Amino acid sequence: MSEDFTPGVSAEFNIDTVENASTTPDTELPWAELGLKSDEYDRIVQILGRRPTAAELAMYSVMWSEHCSYKSSKVHLRQFGEKVTEEMKKDLMVGIGENAGVTDLGDGWAVTFKIESHNHPSYVEPYQGAATGIGGIVRDIISMGARPVGVMDPLRFGAIDHPDTQRVLPGVVSGIGGYGNSLGLPNVGGEVVFDEVYQQNPLVNALAVGVMRHEDIRLANASGVGNKVVLFGARTGGDGIGGASVLASESFDSSKPSKRPAVQVGDPFSEKVLIECCLELFGDELVEGIQDLGAAGISCATSELASNGEGGMHVELTDVLLRDPTLTPGEILMSESQERMMAVVTPENQERFEQVMAKWGVEYSWLGEVTDTGRLIIEWDGETIVDVDPRTVAHDGPVYERPYRRPSWQDDLQADSFRASEAGKDLPATAEELGNAVVDLMTSPNMADVSWITDQYDRFVGGNTALSQPDDSGVIRVDEETGLGVALATDCNARYAYLDPYTGAQLALAEAYRNVSTTGAVPVAVSDCLNFGSPEDPEIMWQFAEAVRGLADGCQELGIPVTGGNVSLYNQTAGRAIHPTPVVGVMGTFDDVGRRTPSGYERWADGQAIYLLGTTGDELDGSEFARGRGHLGGTPPQVDLATEKTLGEILINASRDGMIDAAHDLSEGGLAAGLAEMSLRFGVGARVALDGVCERDGVDAFSALFSESQSRAIVALPRSEEIRFTDMTSARGFAAIRVGVVDVQSGELEVAGPFEGGSFTLPLDELKEAWSSVIPSRFGTSASVAEQQ
Amino acid sequence: MPRIIVEVMPKPEILDPQGKAIVNALPHLGFEEFSAVRQGKRFDLTVDGEVTEEILEQARKAAAEMLSNPVIEDVVDVRVEDQR
Amino acid sequence: MTETPLIGDFRAEADAPLDGARIGVVTFPGTLDDRDAARAVRLGGGTPVSLWHADASLHGVDAVVLPGGFSYGDYLRAGAISRFAPVMETLIKEAGAAASSGPLPVLGICNGFQVLTEAHLLPGSMIKNDHLKFVCKDQALRVENNSTAWTSQFTDDEIISVPLKNQDGQYVADEETLKALEAEGRVVFRYLGGNPNGSRNDIAGVTNEAGNVVGLMPHPEHAVEAGYGPDDSTGMRSGTDGLTLFTSVISSLAGGSK
Repeated sequence: MSEDFTPGVSAEFNIDTVENASTTPDTELPWAELGLKSDEYDRIVQILGRRPTAAELAMYSVMWSEHCSYKSSKVHLRQFGEKVTEEMKKDLMVGIGENAGVTDLGDGWAVTFKIESHNHPSYVEPYQGAATGIGGIVRDIISMGARPVGVMDPLRFGAIDHPDTQRVLPGVVSGIGGYGNSLGLPNVGGEVVFDEVYQQNPLVNALAVGVMRHEDIRLANASGVGNKVVLFGARTGGDGIGGASVLASESFDSSKPSKRPAVQVGDPFSEKVLIECCLELFGDELVEGIQDLGAAGISCATSELASNGEGGMHVELTDVLLRDPTLTPGEILMSESQERMMAVVTPENQERFEQVMAKWGVEYSWLGEVTDTGRLIIEWDGETIVDVDPRTVAHDGPVYERPYRRPSWQDDLQADSFRASEAGKDLPATAEELGNAVVDLMTSPNMADVSWITDQYDRFVGGNTALSQPDDSGVIRVDEETGLGVALATDCNARYAYLDPYTGAQLALAEAYRNVSTTGAVPVAVSDCLNFGSPEDPEIMWQFAEAVRGLADGCQELGIPVTGGNVSLYNQTAGRAIHPTPVVGVMGTFDDVGRRTPSGYERWADGQAIYLLGTTGDELDGSEFARGRGHLGGTPPQVDLATEKTLGEILINASRDGMIDAAHDLSEGGLAAGLAEMSLRFGVGARVALDGVCERDGVDAFSALFSESQSRAIVALPRSEEIRFTDMTSARGFAAIRVGVVDVQSGELEVAGPFEGGSFTLPLDELKEAWSSVIPSRFGTSASVAEQQ
Repeated sequence: MPRIIVEVMPKPEILDPQGKAIVNALPHLGFEEFSAVRQGKRFDLTVDGEVTEEILEQARKAAAEMLSNPVIEDVVDVRVEDQR
Repeated sequence: MTETPLIGDFRAEADAPLDGARIGVVTFPGTLDDRDAARAVRLGGGTPVSLWHADASLHGVDAVVLPGGFSYGDYLRAGAISRFAPVMETLIKEAGAAASSGPLPVLGICNGFQVLTEAHLLPGSMIKNDHLKFVCKDQALRVENNSTAWTSQFTDDEIISVPLKNQDGQYVADEETLKALEAEGRVVFRYLGGNPNGSRNDIAGVTNEAGNVVGLMPHPEHAVEAGYGPDDSTGMRSGTDGLTLFTSVISSLAGGSK
């Protein structure tokens, strides 16, 4: 078998045993260097009734970190559980708390999805950070017993021309492609946002979705006394220990500096083999419980498996297969080496388990067994180095009620509305000005074509992708017989959240909900990835608390539960925090993905009627137009979730009854962006008139085009369906107005309205050329020689 | 033309997935004697004219800053090779 | 299974099953498009048979597909490690020049094509795309040879659209080989509407001298089912041009031409 280290090097260090800890109570441990606060360390001593051993300290320090324990966010996140009605839970098979929530899809199918962040690692080493982000979220999905079937990536970078973005973006994109494409998972969507607040703090979030039969659901618990604990997959190296290298010498002799990589390197080939190997284990019912190894590695896997099961586990740590023999026990416990899993197997199944490992060429080692002692005992060559109640490690970490307060500047910010500002003067009013403004909008970095990025991801593999970028959501077929499937969308407008975190979180939810229903799917579940600055800053903590409250209230009103998620704090550099960025993912279900609605007019749709659904107000604060003029102030668009729900019902029914052939939600960039995107989708022209909207809603043509009022969508339908469709909207009291017609031959987007000049025309080939060259012109030639394959 | 040879290897403590896959495949072909493989990169930098210490220093700098990724790779050698 | 075949000869001999030809689909560690290739075989009227890389037996299949993916992570070189799998040794014997009569039809798609070049069943090799990036897009191709086992049902110079998705897709060969391929009509597929990866002579796929082994970089198995393929004139993701590769081989096998 392979040895990744130089033979002949042997490990030599003093082992700090439990016995040793009892007899040397005064030994100073480097708890502060490991990120623990003095009261946290005192609590560990209190729990144990003695000082911790070095290995115990390692475990507590990583498991009680913000990342693993959610100690700052827990008190707020509880709302996701508290604000859930019985009705919302009816399709929920596994709720928050497991690796990922599981939702019933019908016909015996279940689906699980989750978003996670890998922000900081992606800043340090963009390729590997983004790659291992995909790897981690995919293992979360596998450990629920599911076959992963797709991924999505909400990405946020600094200003498009900033050198930091030039370095980070190409690496992140090729890392996502390099890892995800090698796993055979279609990448079906996501987001790309440029904003200077993300300079040196890029947000690299990753969503994965998996499906399984009901009976295949697996949980992370170690049940059955006497069952065996096995670690399999890649070997354990020093990956991700980095700053914790104070443990390199367990005698705490600082004169021996140790070199431990802070960067984890991903091996997508090993992960792909691990996926297939795990699915075979599940299919043959060879594992009782399973847990992926991510942050906090073996510390997390052993303590969580034990505390969720019979309560006890006995492990011999020298049986862990190592890539680097100089690792100390503490480092082995903390290592974040990728592509590893831990499972619980009955003694009867051990041999068959080994056969599956042999078939796939996966290394494994039996580490110990499940006990009912209530203790997690870890030995090193027969000597006890950890003796803890696993619950105190995994679940009883510190919980902080961090102080929070509304920022002193929030009122001034909200008072600075766009219309009243300098930036809001001299707005486009004539045909020429409005036409140019639409082109400027569509060629701004945030509205530009992202296919330079998404074309680096495989969207076809699996043969079940029914929709992907640039459509409103990614749609994946689950059952080939019936067409049963899921739709997924992630959204967040952090500018809105900055203006008002409560409303901003609801707007993110509303947009993702709308994107899913626009394609025709019924929204059923939410996963979130809450990216914020430092929780130790009361003003940031207020943003967090408000966003969580807004999201929890919003989910309750829409009647869809949060099934899982992730919190990423401390996203700030040199005292400057990112905008609050609560990324919300919504999953919807299809009885048949064949009826999904595309986001543009197709070539055969000539003469179809174009309708605008919803009403338009003068809502430009936080808008893309305002961003173009360098303005951010005022209050975000109003959110009305009841209206959002009605719009969703209309779009879903219209898809189900085959009334509409195209639909696109309106969000960033308003109607202008919506109309342009629908025409650009398949290069099909349209003629549109704004007069009716302006008159009905009392807005000028500028607002009609650029306002970002919510709960709106554009649809295209055959004339034969118009009566049936408008009957449906009026029965629900929902505003619907015919604004135009599809004109395939013209190759132009023509917009008429109550403005000087009467109408403007945008040739689609010119618009497409400009729109699609924005990103390649910045990144097209960048290819770092040192970039990994 | 003289050339400057730059060799870059993954850092010893960093996982090398390629090397790992190769070492596992070698025994299938009967190559049993190799316990580890690590795969690196070699760059040939051609110089028009003589390689001065200054140019060599430039090559070292390029190797450290561009040809390698210092987060995960080491420059293990920068040397001159005369090709006559 | 005694279903009536979608395609095939009802008077086929008793040992030729009526439910279509049996087409093997090989899975190497890291293969990704094996299930897709099996689906394509099924939709083409054949019976897919899963073949495992470590098993030297072809289990009596009538033809073999080496599907796409990143076998062994594309480490060392794409296809370089898979090429030595036990299943490949048998395949080389039955499909190569040394095969007696009626050599085995083999289709290599993407990584499968790379495996076939590494195994020297097909000439040339693939290097990294000239733009250095993975690219995934709908790709137009011209079918330039419709006399191979896998292209017999295409018309002369038929223009088709199938997805292209790869990182190491730039086809290269020395001048002599390229000349020979062109002269002998062994270029089976050529890129249209711009060369997506720098391939020599816009070559997307080639065949061996006997015409039983075909390799191509684009993915016909992703253009077999309306709703999940490339865009075409009839609508979004409606393209099914790739299916013809599978019906070509299945109909010739079911017709007893093997």
